[in-house]
Amino acid sequence: MMKMKNLTLIGWGFVILSMVSACAPKSADQDSSPFSNDVAAKVYVAPGQHDEFYAFLSGGFSGQMSVYGLPSGRLLKVIPVFSVDAEKGYGFNEETKPLLQTSYGFVPWDDAHHPELSQTNGVPDGRWIFINGNNTPRVARVDLSFFETVEIIELPNSGGNHSSPFTTENTEYVVAGTRFGVPVPQKDVSVESYKENFKGALSFISCDAASGRMAVAFQVLLPAFNYDLAHCGKGASHGWTFFTCYNTEEGNTLLEANASQYDKDFIAAVNWKKAEEYVKNGKAHDFPTSYYHNVYDDNMHTATATQVKTVKVLIPSECPGLVYYLPTPKSPHGVDVDPTGEYIVGAGKLSADMSVHSFSKMLKAIEDKAFEKEIVGIPVLNYEAILAGVVSSGGLGPLHTEFDANGNAYTTFFITSEVVKWKVGTWEVLDRAPCYYSVGHLMIPGGDSRKPFGKYMLAMNKITKDRYLPTGPELNQSAQLYDISGDKIQLLLDFPTVGEPHYAQGIPADLVKPKSRQFFNLSENTHPYVTKSEDVAKIVREGNTLHVYMTTIRSHFSPDNIEGIKAGDKVYFHVTNLEQDWDVPHGFGIMGATNAELLIMPGQTETLLWEPKTEGVYPFYCTDFCSALHQEMQGYARVSAKNSNMALKWWTGSAK
Amino acid sequence: MLSLVFFIASCGGSGNSETQPGEKSQSENKAQENPNDPMKNKGIGPVQNLTLGPLDQAMAEEGQKIYVLKCSACHKAEEFFIGPAPKGIIERRSPEWIMNMILNPEEMVKKDPIAKQLLIEFNLAPMANQHLTQDEARKILEYFRTLN
Repeated sequence: MMKMKNLTLIGWGFVILSMVSACAPKSADQDSSPFSNDVAAKVYVAPGQHDEFYAFLSGGFSGQMSVYGLPSGRLLKVIPVFSVDAEKGYGFNEETKPLLQTSYGFVPWDDAHHPELSQTNGVPDGRWIFINGNNTPRVARVDLSFFETVEIIELPNSGGNHSSPFTTENTEYVVAGTRFGVPVPQKDVSVESYKENFKGALSFISCDAASGRMAVAFQVLLPAFNYDLAHCGKGASHGWTFFTCYNTEEGNTLLEANASQYDKDFIAAVNWKKAEEYVKNGKAHDFPTSYYHNVYDDNMHTATATQVKTVKVLIPSECPGLVYYLPTPKSPHGVDVDPTGEYIVGAGKLSADMSVHSFSKMLKAIEDKAFEKEIVGIPVLNYEAILAGVVSSGGLGPLHTEFDANGNAYTTFFITSEVVKWKVGTWEVLDRAPCYYSVGHLMIPGGDSRKPFGKYMLAMNKITKDRYLPTGPELNQSAQLYDISGDKIQLLLDFPTVGEPHYAQGIPADLVKPKSRQFFNLSENTHPYVTKSEDVAKIVREGNTLHVYMTTIRSHFSPDNIEGIKAGDKVYFHVTNLEQDWDVPHGFGIMGATNAELLIMPGQTETLLWEPKTEGVYPFYCTDFCSALHQEMQGYARVSAKNSNMALKWWTGSAK
Repeated sequence: MLSLVFFIASCGGSGNSETQPGEKSQSENKAQENPNDPMKNKGIGPVQNLTLGPLDQAMAEEGQKIYVLKCSACHKAEEFFIGPAPKGIIERRSPEWIMNMILNPEEMVKKDPIAKQLLIEFNLAPMANQHLTQDEARKILEYFRTLN
């Protein structure tokens, strides 16, 4: 209680300060004015204090994932996932290069849309977070004990991995539906032959319960509709996954018009427990294919890329009861399942209303065979038979829905740029709040799980315009934080975001913080080129390849003087950070390196390839401020002529 | 090289010298009379009281292995390097102080007068916390007992 009071006092101090400095111009969002309420206090996290929630925001076309604290909006970390990151050496050092390996070769970028936390019993458990790569279809797993990407799996038979990676209740699977139909297998055919040759694959990626290790368990091969978003069932509907789709017209050009012809598209309901039975009973076809599965070992500090040559595929016409189509009006985008698992909300993005399907009615319709028609053996259920209700809010362009712990739902409307709060079950609209501007996804901590943590709602907006100081034509994207603990939604805070965040996930800090590692134990380091103490630092020449076994500690390298390198050599600096304390990474940069730096965490080994072309003496140094003597943390590599007889020598302190 | 010169200049090579910040070398006799006798300073950290029994050679050998892995990047047994040489430390410091310096270096260099002075003498090169267990630190101490 005392603490609360103090916070409020500090908050008011802040308010008074802002009053002095800001002769507030009248703004449209009066609700956020610090003059009228305690908004500032609600987002004020005192210096040295921690936020209540972690928020993980996808980086969109940056390919990364950013971590924010809520309610402060503090940026805590940008985790490199699908794009190289010179700052951290990610994708530049030899250890992480295999993570970005694909069947197309090394791919240094992707478009990351939807983070999804692992769940246990339908509740985020803080172990891992998954995120999809849209462009070159992949799913990544980030380990939340050290906030680094530890696995990336490529998806065969897919194009545009958009409806991904949504998890089942116990992370049995994360799903990955293809947005773009593609020929399966890929072949040289006319785009005009779309309906005939193109398919839409829904992938079910299994996750090992203990290690989290992923595998493409099976795919369900559907007509080439555009599978847009997904969510898995929970509670009663556990065992099913729901995928929205647009372009059931199967257009292949000018989709802006051609994919909006039909009054209704579908939500595909996939019974994955049934799929497991079919796979077990040998109904799956082994399709030859080629995709990469890349796994990072946190003891070896190294990723390994493995090519996989086959995938199990289920064909719905051969597997009765596997898939049903739920007709849903107007190109449904988001599909969100309420915490009980009974209601499946389809946001028809080209309409004003949202159709809410009932899971129990869906089961009844299946039992009663209330089918409108069949599409390649997939029954289309009768719309009226499965409809639970329609939310008519007056908003336009509904996209995504999240839930709080009190039976309320919150839906974003892109066109009218607002979030609408409504009651699950009565479909009554309770409140609405404007977003600045053109909101896409929203996030409530735990808001797509069985037990939403509630309290805050984060709107992620597509358009920023005038919200911040201008930075030329290109602006950061923008997120807005709202308090949803009361009856009325209250805008609290704006903050800029990295790349274009699509979806996000939030989790109480207490579920992640205690597990956060501070350093890697040197005794557990199994890197093949580890150097565990200075006395075994060395250089080994194999032809024109040199392996430098180097160490760092505050504040010197060992060796820090190297001679006997020859022009044209390939020099691998395998640098082990001997520190065993929190927040003491060392960096390694060497003049003329054509890749990037290394940023080596305590106890870790990382490798930089340096290929000097010309004679000379080249400095290297520590790039990450490490101690009062950081500036002294430097050394030299002497490069002699290709045909020179210079012997290989190295030392630290005094020449050997 | 510079740090070496600096160290020799400030410590004068006298084993029992450091007492208070600012104070310089004193004779061995004076140090023993001084109420701030370094051998009575137990430092700040988890180790309050430690009585050393007869030397345990096996333990010292284990300690040497840990020392090589975790300490030798900055300490050489018999010469000044990034940090002081452990040779003879048993005569200069209490066993508790040695253990606490290994286990709790951040607080030691902020609050303990001897550790503070050493930080300055060694060009502000920090004593890294290598997160050793108390058992590991004790084994290193045993190894130090063999360096006389």
